[in-house]
Amino acid sequence: MLKGHQSWEFRNRPVIIGTATVVGPDEGEGPLGNEFDIVHGDLRIGQDSWEKAEKKLLEEASKLAIENAGLTNDRVHFYVGGDLMNQIISNTFAVRTLNIPYLGIFGACSTSMEGLALASLIVDSGFGRNVVAGTCSHNCTVEKQFRYPTEYGSQKPPTAQYTVTGAGVAVLSDRGEGPVVTGATIGRVVDMGLKDPFNMGAAMAPAAVDTIAAHFRDFNREPGYYDLIVTGDLASVGSEIARDLLVKHGLPMQQTKYNDCGLMIYDLKKQDVQAGGSGCGCSATVTYGHILKRMRRGELRRVLVVATGSLHSPLSYQQGESIPCIAHAVAIESGGEEQ
Amino acid sequence: MNWMQFVWAFVIGGAICVVGQLLIDIVRLTPAHTMSTLVVAGAIVDGLGLYEPFIKFAGAGATVPITSFGNSLVHGALAELKTSGPIGIITGIFEVTSAGISAAIIFSFLAALVCKPQG
Repeated sequence: MLKGHQSWEFRNRPVIIGTATVVGPDEGEGPLGNEFDIVHGDLRIGQDSWEKAEKKLLEEASKLAIENAGLTNDRVHFYVGGDLMNQIISNTFAVRTLNIPYLGIFGACSTSMEGLALASLIVDSGFGRNVVAGTCSHNCTVEKQFRYPTEYGSQKPPTAQYTVTGAGVAVLSDRGEGPVVTGATIGRVVDMGLKDPFNMGAAMAPAAVDTIAAHFRDFNREPGYYDLIVTGDLASVGSEIARDLLVKHGLPMQQTKYNDCGLMIYDLKKQDVQAGGSGCGCSATVTYGHILKRMRRGELRRVLVVATGSLHSPLSYQQGESIPCIAHAVAIESGGEEQ
Repeated sequence: MNWMQFVWAFVIGGAICVVGQLLIDIVRLTPAHTMSTLVVAGAIVDGLGLYEPFIKFAGAGATVPITSFGNSLVHGALAELKTSGPIGIITGIFEVTSAGISAAIIFSFLAALVCKPQG
């Protein structure tokens, strides 16, 4: 049901009964390498194009997530997903083989939580019993589409981010064991006039803060309600800005821990990833691979994941337009206990 | 052998690259705009008749950076203007640079036959 101005409270507490994460070599070498289900040593994943490789990541993650949930494709009612490619081809082409009714969405890198929120909404409303939310990104497809061809070897400034090669998929159900989705806050499009696609963290930080502030206002909560608040892919530059803006908004962030998936997935000192990770796969793999595992181990009880996205296109950037940004927040809590 | 020529080639060639890096980092031009700016700068310098003396002074430090491509474009056009009249501006532009451009096309083709383009 609607909570406050722009949030949903899921009274029926949809359960995340299965997840899967599939990543590439750089993510496997990062600090969370052991948390992912499949780590590919080859960026091409045995495919003859980067786009096919990205599709393969999502295919593998989707199949594995449904298997981990103890389901078969015919028992999944809907698939909600998107990615960064034009016409979201990675999801569309991957779902082609799954034979599940499909809703394609685009929220750039916020797609992970946009998909999870919508899938939770479907399950919570009873309009579907088992629903899958999936997303993916591949370093070479995204760099090529949004920046420069990879073989051009163009320099990137230290504020730029490194697209995560990875797919993350979650299966939600109205019954079962696992962490539950208790609420979501849908973000507004925030555009502070920034135009530099090599500093998207700074562009996205205000959107993240807007959504976090709205979440606490709508649910009448304080940051201390959560053991951890993570943003999607603000990386080192954007997360510092977000920290400052949260304090300026008067939110007592000292009550909780704040981190960013773009900082967690790589070792910034050892790996050459500029400011940190980005891409749809960043928040999806860190949330489903690392954070949910910590919740299942009992190390975290309540987490707010705020996935951030830059909604520009290569064309809008070339025409000198600024970068509109968005963030969607999803509250995940340990299952097995009633409030 | 004039050893100072090596020193100047190193310093001047490096200095042109520093200018390119500053255009990317401070002026915040894209790599493509940076390259075009340097080509145009080389063309203007040669149009003023200064690139030839510059090459005499800095050697490869002046001929290897992309500015020398702009110099070659203008140099060919001006040389042909003298020998063939105004039509020479058109026919002469690629006079000096044709070897470089043709080589780029031919070697790219040969590389594409045996290598897999990454993009």
